[in-house]
Amino acid sequence: MTDFFAAAATDDTPIEPSLPDGWELVVGLEVHVELDTATKLFCGCANQFGSEPNTNICPTCLGLPGSLPVMNESAVELAMRLGRALGCDVNRSVMARKNYFYPDMPKDFQTTQYDQPTNSDGRVVLGDGFVVGIERAHIEEDTGKSTHVGGGGRINDAEYSLVDYNRAGVPLVEIVSRPDVRTIDHAKAYVEELRGILLATGVSDARMEEGSMRVDANVSVRPHGSAELRTRCEIKNINSVRSLGRAIEYEARRHIDLWTNDGAPDQETRHWDEEGGRTTSGRSKEDADDYRYFQEPDLVPLEPSAETVAAIDAAMPPLPAARRAALLEASGADASAVGIVVERGQDGLAMAAIEAGAEPEKVVTRLVNDLAVDDWSKVEGEAFAELIRMESAGELSATQAKQILGDLVEQGGDPAEHAASRGFEAMDTGELESLVDQLIADHPEEWARFTGSDDGDRKKMQGFFTGQIMKATKGQADGKAVAQLLAQKSS
Amino acid sequence: MSALDIAAAVRSGERRATDVLDEHLARIEAGDGDIHAFNLVTADAAREEAEAVDAAVARGDDPGPLAGVPVALKDNMCTRGIPTTCSSKVLEGWRPPYDATVVTRLRAAGAVAVGKTNLDEFAMGSSTENSAFGPTHNPRDLTRVPGGSSGGTAASVAADFTPLGIGSDTGGSIRQPAAFCGVVGMKPTYGAVSRYGLIAFASSLDQIGPFASSVADAAAMFDVIAGPDPRDSTSIRDYAPNASSVLDRGVAGLRVGVIRELSGGAGTVDGLSADVLARTQEAVDALAAAGATVEEISVPSATLGLSAYYLVAPAEASSNLARYDGVRYGLRVDAPTTGEMNTASRTAGFGPEVKRRIMLGTYALSAGYYDAFYGKALKVRTMMLREFAEAYEKVDVLVTPTAPTTAFPLGERTADPMTMYVNDVCTIPSNLTGHPGISVPFGIGEDGLPVGVQVLAPALGDELTFQVASVLEAAAAGGAS
Repeated sequence: MTDFFAAAATDDTPIEPSLPDGWELVVGLEVHVELDTATKLFCGCANQFGSEPNTNICPTCLGLPGSLPVMNESAVELAMRLGRALGCDVNRSVMARKNYFYPDMPKDFQTTQYDQPTNSDGRVVLGDGFVVGIERAHIEEDTGKSTHVGGGGRINDAEYSLVDYNRAGVPLVEIVSRPDVRTIDHAKAYVEELRGILLATGVSDARMEEGSMRVDANVSVRPHGSAELRTRCEIKNINSVRSLGRAIEYEARRHIDLWTNDGAPDQETRHWDEEGGRTTSGRSKEDADDYRYFQEPDLVPLEPSAETVAAIDAAMPPLPAARRAALLEASGADASAVGIVVERGQDGLAMAAIEAGAEPEKVVTRLVNDLAVDDWSKVEGEAFAELIRMESAGELSATQAKQILGDLVEQGGDPAEHAASRGFEAMDTGELESLVDQLIADHPEEWARFTGSDDGDRKKMQGFFTGQIMKATKGQADGKAVAQLLAQKSS
Repeated sequence: MSALDIAAAVRSGERRATDVLDEHLARIEAGDGDIHAFNLVTADAAREEAEAVDAAVARGDDPGPLAGVPVALKDNMCTRGIPTTCSSKVLEGWRPPYDATVVTRLRAAGAVAVGKTNLDEFAMGSSTENSAFGPTHNPRDLTRVPGGSSGGTAASVAADFTPLGIGSDTGGSIRQPAAFCGVVGMKPTYGAVSRYGLIAFASSLDQIGPFASSVADAAAMFDVIAGPDPRDSTSIRDYAPNASSVLDRGVAGLRVGVIRELSGGAGTVDGLSADVLARTQEAVDALAAAGATVEEISVPSATLGLSAYYLVAPAEASSNLARYDGVRYGLRVDAPTTGEMNTASRTAGFGPEVKRRIMLGTYALSAGYYDAFYGKALKVRTMMLREFAEAYEKVDVLVTPTAPTTAFPLGERTADPMTMYVNDVCTIPSNLTGHPGISVPFGIGEDGLPVGVQVLAPALGDELTFQVASVLEAAAAGGAS
C-alpha cells in the first residue's frame, strides 16, 4: 500500500549508527489498530478480546449468504478522531472490496478503503522534533483467526485448522506512514508516539501483545546520499517495539549483504522469527493476488460535514506532544524524564502537584523513580506536593516518604495523616545525636575504621552505623542527618 | 380468486386461511410435476402460518392486509431453518439461520409462504434453464421457457399455484418472466425494498419485487414489502409508497415517452420482434386514448446497457460468490490443501453459466483491464443516468416492450449465451439507473403467447408505474388492443 517516492538525504538526515558506513536505512510503517468500540464494524456483535471462540458472531460477520453490512457510526467517529489527531485531512470516503481467498475471511473479500480513504496527508512529530509523514489512515474490517493444528503447523501442511470468527469484522484503522524513517530509534519512537496518541484519544487500547496494535515494517536500504528507492521487504509478525528494532536491523543488514555481494533482495513479505532473531521469506509479491478492488456496493459513501469535523477537533483531548511541551515548560526537568511521565499518563498529576507548590523538578524525578505502578489514580496532586514538601523539609526520611507514597497509591488521602498513623515524626536532632554518641561508644573498633584512612573501610562503616541507627529508630531517622552527624563527629 | 379477494374473505372470517392453503397446495400437487415451479413446497410450515392467521381472526386481531394469501418465494430469499439453494449445488444442505426482511414483512402482513421457487442458478439467466435442479416449464405452453431468472415464481402465479410471488430483478429477472408467463411483475426503485436476506448476485443492481395476476394485487404486495430497513444501508430512508391508493387515477394529462432505440425507431436494437413492437404501439395508443400525451424520446445509451450490464453484474458477482468456498457451509469437496479444497468445491458446486460470469467479472476487475472494462461500464452507467434524467424532464413515464420476443422453446438458446443475454436489452437500463419498471400483459403474439409491455418511471416513481399499468391492464381486458 505504501506509496514510495524518492527523497534525497539532506545534511540533517539522521544516520542509523548500527549499519555499515555508507548505507542509509529507509523505513515505512503500516500500523493496524483495533478501534475500541462496543460492537463490530458492520454488525451488533461484541468487539471483545478473549471470548470463547465463535461466540461473538452473527450472519453478517460470518458473511452468510444474504447478509448485509451496516456501518458502525462510532467506529467512523473514532477513525476520524484518530485522523485529526494525526493531522490528517478528513475526506469523503468510500468502502471498497479487496478480493482474495482466505479461510478466516468469511466473505473471501475484505471490506476496506482503497482510493478514497477517510484520512489522508497527516504527520506525527516525535519527541526530538523529527517528523514522520502519514500517507493515509483508512477504515477496514479485521479477519478471523486461524489455528493450524498438527503437521507442519502452516495452512497447507497442518492436519486440520480451526477458525475463530470472533475477530472477523472488528473495526480497524490502518495507519500508513510515508517512508520517512531513517533510524531504528525513530521507528521505535514513532510506534511509541502512535501508541500515546491512540491512548490519549481513546481510539484504541493499543496492546501489541493482544494484537490490538500490529506493526508491519517496509524496509529497504540505499547508498547514503542517494535518492533512489531500492527493493523493499514488508516485515510482518512483529509483536513488540523491541522486536521492531531487531527486525529492522536484521533486515537492513540482510539487504546490505545482498547488495554488496552483487545480489538483490526480492520484493516480498517476510516474517519476523522472534526466537531465531531473523526474518524468513513469506509470500512473494510477484505471485501475490490481484486484489481486484472495487467500490463496496452494499454501503453508502461516508460524507462527514465540516461541522462534524469541527466538533471532533473541539473535543480533541491534549495529545502527547503538547502535553510534553507543557510539562517541560512547567518543570524544567530533563526531556527524557518528561517523556516518561507523559507516556505513563502521569503528566496531569505532575501539573497538579506543581500547581500546588511542589518543586517542579522533584515532582518529575519522584514520578519517574517511585511511581512506576499500574494504578496511581488515588494519588492527588496536592497530596503528592505535600509529600515532597515534607521530605524536603526533613519531616520525613526518604524511606518514610516512599512508604507514605505507597499508602497514597493504595488508599489516597493526606500524607500527614498517613505519617501520623504510622507514627512517623521528625526526630529531634539532639535525640539523634545522643543515639549516635551511644553507638560510637558501643563500637569503638568500628569507629576507628570509620575515622581511618582507608576509603573502603570508611564507606563500609558508614553503612554499618547508618544501619544501626535505622534499626534503633525503626527507619524514622533521616539518613542525611545521620550522615551529617557522623561526618561532624569524625572531623 | 385474486389475492385481495382472498385476503378480504379471510379477514372477514368468510374463509379460513387453512382452507385457502389446502386448495392451493392441492393445485401444486396436481400441476407442478409438469411445470416444476417449486424447488421445495413447505406445506407444514405454511400450515402453521395459516393457522396463526386463522387464530388471529378468531381472536379479533388484525391478521394483516394479505391475510391467508399463499405466496411463492424465489429460492434466493433466506428463510429461517428452510433450505435456500439459489438452485445451486454449492448451497447443498444449507439452512439460513434467519429470514429475509421481505419474508418477515410478508408474514407480518398475514401472507402464507408455501415454498421456494426455481430460478436460474444464483439468478443468472433468462430462462430458468440454468438451474441445478432442472428447468421450469411455462404454464402457458409447457414446451416453452417461463423466462428467468424468476421463472419459478412467474410460473407459480401463472399456473394459479399462488396468487402472489416474490422475485428478484438484476437485469430483468422479474419483468421478463412476467411477460413470458402473462402475469404482472414489478421491479421497484433501487432501495425501495430491503435486500437483507436476498442472496446477492450483483448488489448494486439487485432489487426484490412482486408478481401477481393483476396490477392491484401486485400493488398490494409492493406496499407490504416496500419501506426502509435499518439492516440494508442502501434502502431509502423515509420512503413509504402506497401504490394501492393511486391505481384509479388514470393517465389524463400524463406525458408518455416512447424510447426510439427500444421501439423499432432509428438506431433501434436488433432482435425486437414485429408482434411485440405492434403490441407495444397498441399499448401506447391505449394510453393516448385514455388522455395521455405521447412523445418519442431518444436515449442513445439505452443500447449500450447490455454491454455495461455484462461487465458490472459479473464483476460484482465474482466478489459476491467468492464466499462459496467449502469452508463454512454448503458443498465441500475434500482435497489435500485448503486452496485445492476451495477449487474442488467451487468446480463441483457451480454450473457453467455461473462459472462463465465469475470468470468474466474477475477479468473485468483485474489490474490492467479495470479501466477498459469495469471502469468504462461505470461511465456508461453514469451517462445512462444523465440521459434518462434528461428524458424524464420531458415525459413522466416511458413505455417499451418488456422482452424482445414472446417465450421461446426450451433448449433453443442454451448453446449460445449471447442470444440469451439479448433477452434483457429492454429491462437492463432501469437496473443500471436504479429506476422502477413494471411489466403488464398486453395481448398476445403471433404464436398465441403473452406479450408484456413495460412502463418505466424515474427513481421513486414506483406508484406511477402501477398507476399507468392499471390503465393498460384495463385497456387489454377491454379488447382495446
